[in-house]
Amino acid sequence: MRPAWSVILLTTLAGAGQGLFLVVFLLDVSTALPPGFALVACGVSLLLLVCGLAASFFHLGRPERAWRAASQWRTSWLSREVIVLPAFMGMVFLYGLLHFAQSERQTTLIAGAAAAALCLALFVCTGMIYACLKFLQEWNSPLTLVNFLLLGLASGFTLSALLAALAWPQAVGALALGAFFIGAVAWLSRCASLVRNALLRPKSTAATAIGIRHPRIVQKAQGFMGGSFNTREFFHGRPDIVVRATRWSFLLLVFPVPGWLLGWGGGSLAVLAAAFALQFAGLLAERWYFFAEARHPQNIYYQSMA
Amino acid sequence: MTTKQLALVIDLNVCVGCHACVTSCKEWNDGGSAGPLSDVNPYGKDPAGTFFNRVQTFEVGEFPATETVHFPKSCLHCEEPPCVPVCPTGASYKRAEDGIVLVDYDKCIGCGYCAWACPYGARELDPREKVMKKCTLCVDRIYDELLPPQDRQPACVMACPTNARLFGDVHDPESVVSKAIRERGGYALMPEWETRPANQYLPRRKNEFKE
Repeated sequence: MRPAWSVILLTTLAGAGQGLFLVVFLLDVSTALPPGFALVACGVSLLLLVCGLAASFFHLGRPERAWRAASQWRTSWLSREVIVLPAFMGMVFLYGLLHFAQSERQTTLIAGAAAAALCLALFVCTGMIYACLKFLQEWNSPLTLVNFLLLGLASGFTLSALLAALAWPQAVGALALGAFFIGAVAWLSRCASLVRNALLRPKSTAATAIGIRHPRIVQKAQGFMGGSFNTREFFHGRPDIVVRATRWSFLLLVFPVPGWLLGWGGGSLAVLAAAFALQFAGLLAERWYFFAEARHPQNIYYQSMA
Repeated sequence: MTTKQLALVIDLNVCVGCHACVTSCKEWNDGGSAGPLSDVNPYGKDPAGTFFNRVQTFEVGEFPATETVHFPKSCLHCEEPPCVPVCPTGASYKRAEDGIVLVDYDKCIGCGYCAWACPYGARELDPREKVMKKCTLCVDRIYDELLPPQDRQPACVMACPTNARLFGDVHDPESVVSKAIRERGGYALMPEWETRPANQYLPRRKNEFKE
């Protein structure tokens, strides 16, 4: 598949925003949060979600009709995502507002719990958009959902440590430790899906695509000599070396490098900012690779130009 | 299974790869209810365009025992169309009355998710209209009572010089398409994804000469 920057940005920015909110809410449940930290974290989470939502509009041919996308929630995971994302943003806003107004702890936590439920629902919707397509075998796995959740949580955790360096210095150590462990788990889970996908055998072949049982079928012409939607949308068009370099860079940047900075960097603001920036760059590469790795069966029909 | 399911049956045994169905389809559907089918740079260096139907060519076997197979490809109007439930706006739908899978161009937001959800690559995003386009089985021809009855067929079927394209109701066991599927080994593409394509293909046959 051709990686689309709009979708790469949507899933990585929203993922970090969701992860950050979940970390803040879990801290809120277990301890008394400094109001400044809660406010900054909710603000940053919202900002990331708004940026992700804005990026998603660039994926649409007719963005002025985007409101229609909320109508098919009975069957479409994309439609469900379109509903849950703004609902989650609204609840994060309310949760932040309750912190700002210093309202009763119970009310704040109820709003936070509702937002957390929407946050998890959003991870499920986003993951299922890809995982429900059964013939995209690289995506059609529970690991797709698990990775979206864990990678979002990892980047949110790293970001929470960075924000703590600004607004809650006492918590930096604990949050950096948490970010280290969640990052490690997310990295292992992403590696598991790399191994799984490397072992996949495509179910569709040229023989099933044109229905002729023969081991040697070679396409001689695809019916046109220029490009088409089919040749643009479903091929990343990059040389193999770029794809492999992207894989190695995300494998380094998603965890080992930021993990080292989190664990042994001393916890200063600059080090934590570097850890988050590098991890986020790694997640952009990871998401690019996620799309590039998926082999759409329609590509069997577009193997040869002449 | 009782309601109508219109479909094409494509006879690979007689398709000669002339592309008449491609040009005829493009001509008819560039106007009418599906049009325009936009082209980008049609006379320039890198021409690209939107088509509902293409004829591809495959070589089967190893030289000298090879066979050239011309393979027309368009939307298969699946009975379980994976492109329909994923559409977030309801713009993609399968008509209850005749099983044609259509796109409502006024509701489509051009997100492209239905094209991802089609294993056959049957859908193309129109580069100018920015909405998804696909074969309509010439829905604006086949019911047009202003046309003489013999012309109420998809443009590709009308154009085929070798009668490689049959059109009819695959749920009616006595239709020309059902008989062809039954008697000449009609098959579906990529059965592994359980999309149950309505369009089927008739296999190549060996010609036998008797002394």
